[in-house]
Amino acid sequence: MRRLDLNLFVLLLGAAILWVAPAGFGNYGLYVLSLWLVTAVAAMGLNLTLGYAGQVSLAQAAFLGLGAYATALMTAKLGLPWWLAFCASGLLCFAIGIGLGVPALRVQHHYLAFVTLAFATVVYLVARNEQWLTGGVYGLANIPRPAVLGDKLNGNLPFYRFVLAVALGLALVQWWILRSPWGRAFQALRENPLRAASLGVDVRLYTLLAFALGAAYGGFAGALYAPLVEFIDPAPFALSQSLMLLLMVIAGGAGYFLSPFLGALVGVALPEWLRFTGGAYLLFFAGAVMVLLVVSPQGLMGLADRAVQLVRERRRRPEPAAAPQPSEVR
Amino acid sequence: MSPVLAVENLTRRFGGLTAVDDVSLAVRPGEILGVIGPNGSGKSTLFNCILGQLKPSSGRVRLDGEDVTGLAPTALNRRGVSRTFQLLQVFPNLTVRENLILAGQEHRGSLLSRLAGPRDAGLSSEAERMTAFFRLSHLADAKAGRLSYGQQKLLDAAMAFMAGPRLVLLDEPAGGVNPTMLGTLRDRLKALNAEAGATFVVIEHNMDFVMALCTRLVVLAEGRVIAEGEPASVRADKAVIDAYLGH
Repeated sequence: MRRLDLNLFVLLLGAAILWVAPAGFGNYGLYVLSLWLVTAVAAMGLNLTLGYAGQVSLAQAAFLGLGAYATALMTAKLGLPWWLAFCASGLLCFAIGIGLGVPALRVQHHYLAFVTLAFATVVYLVARNEQWLTGGVYGLANIPRPAVLGDKLNGNLPFYRFVLAVALGLALVQWWILRSPWGRAFQALRENPLRAASLGVDVRLYTLLAFALGAAYGGFAGALYAPLVEFIDPAPFALSQSLMLLLMVIAGGAGYFLSPFLGALVGVALPEWLRFTGGAYLLFFAGAVMVLLVVSPQGLMGLADRAVQLVRERRRRPEPAAAPQPSEVR
Repeated sequence: MSPVLAVENLTRRFGGLTAVDDVSLAVRPGEILGVIGPNGSGKSTLFNCILGQLKPSSGRVRLDGEDVTGLAPTALNRRGVSRTFQLLQVFPNLTVRENLILAGQEHRGSLLSRLAGPRDAGLSSEAERMTAFFRLSHLADAKAGRLSYGQQKLLDAAMAFMAGPRLVLLDEPAGGVNPTMLGTLRDRLKALNAEAGATFVVIEHNMDFVMALCTRLVVLAEGRVIAEGEPASVRADKAVIDAYLGH
């Protein structure tokens, strides 16, 4: 838990640097940075579901899509203000998360993965086929940028900073959740649900909350994504993108607070850097991720964590011998 | 005095095997009841039926007169029944303090107050008291997974007391614990019983531990109660000696 305070420091410092640093960036650089932050928000949600509560969801991109379409429809079609669409997107995904979770979490793990897989497919199909609502494969265009204090954020730098501020706000909310007794309960049900139940922790309720909160973050990310790209079609919300988000969380280090930012860097920036390889980029990308996970199953944050531990252990006198780890019982 | 826990004609079958056979027992307030018996005599099955991990085939479990048969472990815990497990069950990546706070937090306030309220759910001082009581103060900020086996057993027991339970069921608390630590554990449990009037049911193999700790014993063999009474009289009981030594 003390690590969470360190995380807060890193988060605020990082936000300050990111606020100032890209002043000289071109439009493309600002776009990639904004996309990275939006992806990180979606990954934050999945990290809560997977990393903290231990549930596999294959529908995070679908929740992202729900948020993006809801925001596009509310702002471009109905002319409603962005912040209203933002709240509605999060609430919608939270509600759907509850609706999906109540039956699905009776089974958990692999079965929950199957249910979310089916859900992701349905969302994609609706987005592609229900032309009257979603524009089908032609998508929805002319999604307006949000306005702050009456000023529309048409410039790329102001909009990037807006995305940064919202992402920081959402990260702070998650930080608060994880350091509250809820965070402790989430961690307990990941480590040992049987024991947690015997201590009065309502395992089903907390799992449901983690899942629905994770879905809500997907919706929030979608509300940022729509005005960023200004045009949405079904492709970025397909199942493959949900798998990509899952990969990002795992590559970043599931269960580490800051891992979504690192994981999203792997998912968004690495493909950009690998452009010079041309068509072979996926090959390199897959290779890099596999090597990473062989070296550190806990992802990039796990790597960083190990480095910190090593330095600390060299500094301090040897600890009492570690207890023998009893085999886990279920 | 009316019993805290009453088990009435409880039977549990697994296919053709009757693991617990028509067992009745009553736990009086403030006593330390030991449940002993050879391996396979049905002690753990009995525990699991009482605690909602298993559904009994027939019979009732009553808590202060209220029928709680088959109630889920979470619901039972909220009614003041705590337990420890035969094999270690602490949360290795949480600190000792965090483990204790977790053990108490779901008994305080509402779900929303647990989100908006203080991080320790107002349980820091209680956790402090408990670590001091179980001689774990110097380890309060260590991750539970780094403690020795015996220390983890102490923590496990401490966790069972965080929510001020009416009744605590201990499943082989002495198993695998070194003699020094065992002395601490026995001494602490007796103190809780004497000072706070805590009521225990203990399953245990270690006879010295049981004799020194328990105020009354129930002996199971092949799923049935074969003897019951003061530790000294049970020890001298012919049926008990036969059950342990074989026929």
